[in-house]
Amino acid sequence: MEIIKTALRSLLGNRTRSILTMLGIIIGVGAVITMVAIGRGAAQQVEGFVAGFGSNLIIVFPAPPNSSGARGAAGSGATLTLDDSNAIANESFSIQNVAPEANGSAQVIYGNSNWSTSFTGSTPEILNVRNLEIEQGACFSDADVRSAAKVCVLGPTVVKELFGYADPIDAVIRIRNIPFRVVGVLKAKGANSFGQDQDDVIFLPITTAQRRLVRFGTRVDSVRRINVQARDRDSLTAAQDEVKAILRQRHKLTEGVPDDFNIRDLTEALENAESSAEVMSILLGAVASISLLVGGIGIMNIMLVSVSERTREIGIRMAVGARPSNVRVQFLTEAVVLSLLGGAIGIASGVGISKAITEFIKWPTLISPESILIAVGFSAAVGVFFGFWPAYKASRLDPIDALRTE
Amino acid sequence: MAIIEVKNLVKIYKTGDIELRALNDVSFKIERGEFVCVMGPSGSGKSTMMNILGCLDVASSGSYELDGINVKTQNRAELADVRNHKLGFVFQGFNLLPKVDAVENVELPLLYRGVASAKRRKAAVEALERVGLGQRLHHRPSQMSGGQQQRVAIARAIVGRAPIILADEPTGNLDTKTTVEIMNIFTELHKEGITVILVTHEPDIATWSERVLRFRDGQLIADEAAPKGVQLDNEVKPEDI
Repeated sequence: MEIIKTALRSLLGNRTRSILTMLGIIIGVGAVITMVAIGRGAAQQVEGFVAGFGSNLIIVFPAPPNSSGARGAAGSGATLTLDDSNAIANESFSIQNVAPEANGSAQVIYGNSNWSTSFTGSTPEILNVRNLEIEQGACFSDADVRSAAKVCVLGPTVVKELFGYADPIDAVIRIRNIPFRVVGVLKAKGANSFGQDQDDVIFLPITTAQRRLVRFGTRVDSVRRINVQARDRDSLTAAQDEVKAILRQRHKLTEGVPDDFNIRDLTEALENAESSAEVMSILLGAVASISLLVGGIGIMNIMLVSVSERTREIGIRMAVGARPSNVRVQFLTEAVVLSLLGGAIGIASGVGISKAITEFIKWPTLISPESILIAVGFSAAVGVFFGFWPAYKASRLDPIDALRTE
Repeated sequence: MAIIEVKNLVKIYKTGDIELRALNDVSFKIERGEFVCVMGPSGSGKSTMMNILGCLDVASSGSYELDGINVKTQNRAELADVRNHKLGFVFQGFNLLPKVDAVENVELPLLYRGVASAKRRKAAVEALERVGLGQRLHHRPSQMSGGQQQRVAIARAIVGRAPIILADEPTGNLDTKTTVEIMNIFTELHKEGITVILVTHEPDIATWSERVLRFRDGQLIADEAAPKGVQLDNEVKPEDI
């Protein structure tokens, strides 16, 4: 306490110099926090997108029809069926969840409210695949899928639009005029990074969707896509190979005949985006760290000046009984107080600038507590590191020489 | 037992190839409670002697025992503790910290002894009152006259109840009237049993002491009773001058 008081007083005695010295640290810490916040903001945007899907996801699409050389759009074919999906689920070893999808959009009505939204027919596994959770009630069951029951799970947005604050469970809504009983409500997820409302959805058994709501291709049991979730990151490749083998066998494709389906590894693309955001974060942080380093050198410079200016003071202190360690601690404390104060102001300005960037330039920023902790730790470390040499020099002074200095 | 015992002390300064014997085979004893003057022209080795006695410097050879402590074997930190506990310094140039007030200057030795803040303050105020500066506790050195600054320095020397006061030309920068004031304080301290060692080249100053050690060319050439001639002046009150 005493030491800090002494340090503060001596820093206050040289106010302008102290502030200018701190400026280096202020800019350094502020820059680190702002830059990391910008990097983290970008990474979070990507993460938000990833979170919309489960991890380790492979998506199987039907290959576009290829008639007389003119190719249709991806996913517009109808070569995949519910049986394909079941076969993948039953025969593959590297797979955790399989969720086929048959989706479309429809007008939904409850009482005198109506709402236009999209629906997805699937199996209960879709919750795991899409990283969804049930807030209220339950998901439809496998039995519901087998019996093509007219039940559905609503996203919070749909609930709000149709029911307001009323309890939706066991209510009957009409999707394209077909009555469906509401069995569950999803937990809110908010918008994804493209601004798409992930809560404006309806899930229902895929069989029900196929028979009553959607029809594409020529078969009643065709699916739009099959989501396959591998057991873990390492089994992704194996899962892809297995899916391919199973489907080729089921579709009786002989050697040389191209696949009538496409497999996409979504995780990989997203991970790439994520890691590039990460790299940006690190790069920005690294650039900012350099200014912190420069600030530290500024502190060392000023402390060296201060030591030589105060040689006589050091001599006096030594004469009355200050040990070398007392002198060292005194100067070290000054350097640390200087850099911590600078760090504190730097944090404040870093947070302020980040907020301003979000406010005025509309860039997402995320101030992470770790970056603040790191900044504090770093500025203290800068103080100790760059304060040590001047402090050591001060403590090695010869008291006689120091006293003789004018 | 003598509080200071110096035997065959030699101090050699080396500058390049040139060797300078600042002290050459010096031996003497000072008993507890003595008032001793160290005299000699400049270059006589008296300042070197003072630095060694003050544990600011160590001898090249010979032995120095201070209150039973063999100074030679002490490292820098231990020497600092010896200075703190055994010695009080008074310098010609006062050597006060310019940016803090009188009380904090006086507190300094106790700070390095680890004395708690309140106790330190009390002792410092007492010491300042003792040298007649009870009214100037919170003046900074720049707001005080030379005599007052020197009294702050004396308060700093006595605040830790060190048994020895080492004064290096303490009146060198002061006028006659102030000199008498300062010397009276030293005399009082001496009467209280503190050992006072005073370096000076002014014969007048020596008359206040009991014993004079004369140095020349690094050697102790005389160890004698203080000159009595002007001793009577000691009794002259400052206002009479």
